[in-house]
Amino acid sequence: MKLPALNNKSERPAELNRREFFKSGAAVASVTLAPGVTLMAFGGEASANADPGKRWGMLIDVNKCSTDCNACVKACSDENGWKLDGHPETDAQWIRKVDLKHKTTGREASLPMMCQHCETPPCVDVCPTGASFKRVDGIVLVDKHICIGCRYCMMACPFKARSFVHEEIEDQKSNAPRGKGTVESCTLCVHRVDAGGIPACVESCSATGHGAMMFGDLNDPNSEIAQALKNYPSMGLRDDLRVNPGVRYTNL
Amino acid sequence: MMRLVATLLVLIGLSAGAGMAETIYPDIPKAVGAPHPEGNAYMRINHMRLMRHDRDLTMREGDRSIKYSIKECVACHAVMGPDALPISVKEEGHFCRACHEYAAVKIDCFQCHNSKPEEGFVDLLKQMPPATDDEIQAYLDGMSQ
Repeated sequence: MKLPALNNKSERPAELNRREFFKSGAAVASVTLAPGVTLMAFGGEASANADPGKRWGMLIDVNKCSTDCNACVKACSDENGWKLDGHPETDAQWIRKVDLKHKTTGREASLPMMCQHCETPPCVDVCPTGASFKRVDGIVLVDKHICIGCRYCMMACPFKARSFVHEEIEDQKSNAPRGKGTVESCTLCVHRVDAGGIPACVESCSATGHGAMMFGDLNDPNSEIAQALKNYPSMGLRDDLRVNPGVRYTNL
Repeated sequence: MMRLVATLLVLIGLSAGAGMAETIYPDIPKAVGAPHPEGNAYMRINHMRLMRHDRDLTMREGDRSIKYSIKECVACHAVMGPDALPISVKEEGHFCRACHEYAAVKIDCFQCHNSKPEEGFVDLLKQMPPATDDEIQAYLDGMSQ
């Protein structure tokens, strides 16, 4: 048997079968043209591949983020199946709340911290196996199939956004496989994004009424996030490192 | 006369073979969904290649319209325990274990992936119509390219 090479995806025949029909979020629109004649259109929000023209990002309005709110962390934990078990040194670091206080003025701020999905991610630079990688649409991920758990990426990340799985895990979420001996971090809820959705943290933040998190395509000038970035000042964390994070903060 | 003896010998051989089959060969649990269009023999030899190929497409390129996902494997091949819930690979009788124990091949998948389907997934799979002959042919043509 000869398997098709990875890059000849386009040569595979277009077909529609039960599995494709089943893919999450695939909308089915049907129009009845005449009795017994139905026009059906499949697809909709779910695109076939990560779009190289897009760059997914997030804008966080620190003014709207509340110190006593933990909804984004809770939502991420529920969505991706990780738990904090009271060991801050080794616990998962997909997303955490950070409270800041200005030393001079005393102004206090609270913000969610997670993988910043850099344009030039240091974690990808240092990975010896190629497990740490950036998708064409800007999402930085760990390929746990080839991650050897060396944790070099954790050292390289300026945001301490990655963590190592120290113990065996059972009953993972099927959308977020995690296992002992590999590094993990925020995936920008890539399974939801691929299905046309938004990350769980952003969804929960709007549900609480704070609306401090905005998700969208930074490359689309008409998107809400691109408009907001254009019209209001914002910053990437550690802009001095020139990694150009996809997650940006305003009113910080 | 010789022909009769030969026939008898063959019959004895066959029944002995069948008896052996019951004891040696793994008891493979039946899947709930539609059968694989490629056939079971093909899947037994190639399932890991298909899964590895499509996992890279999904993870690296974000292609979610793939044919072979471990998520679907464990759903369609779920084996229900006494409590009518799917059993994990740690329990006797899990679909993957049946053959892998027989062949003495270690499965690494479930170090990270869940060996049980998510709630409601199995029921959804049961509703899927089986693949048509055209779909099977189209897929096999695609694989041979």
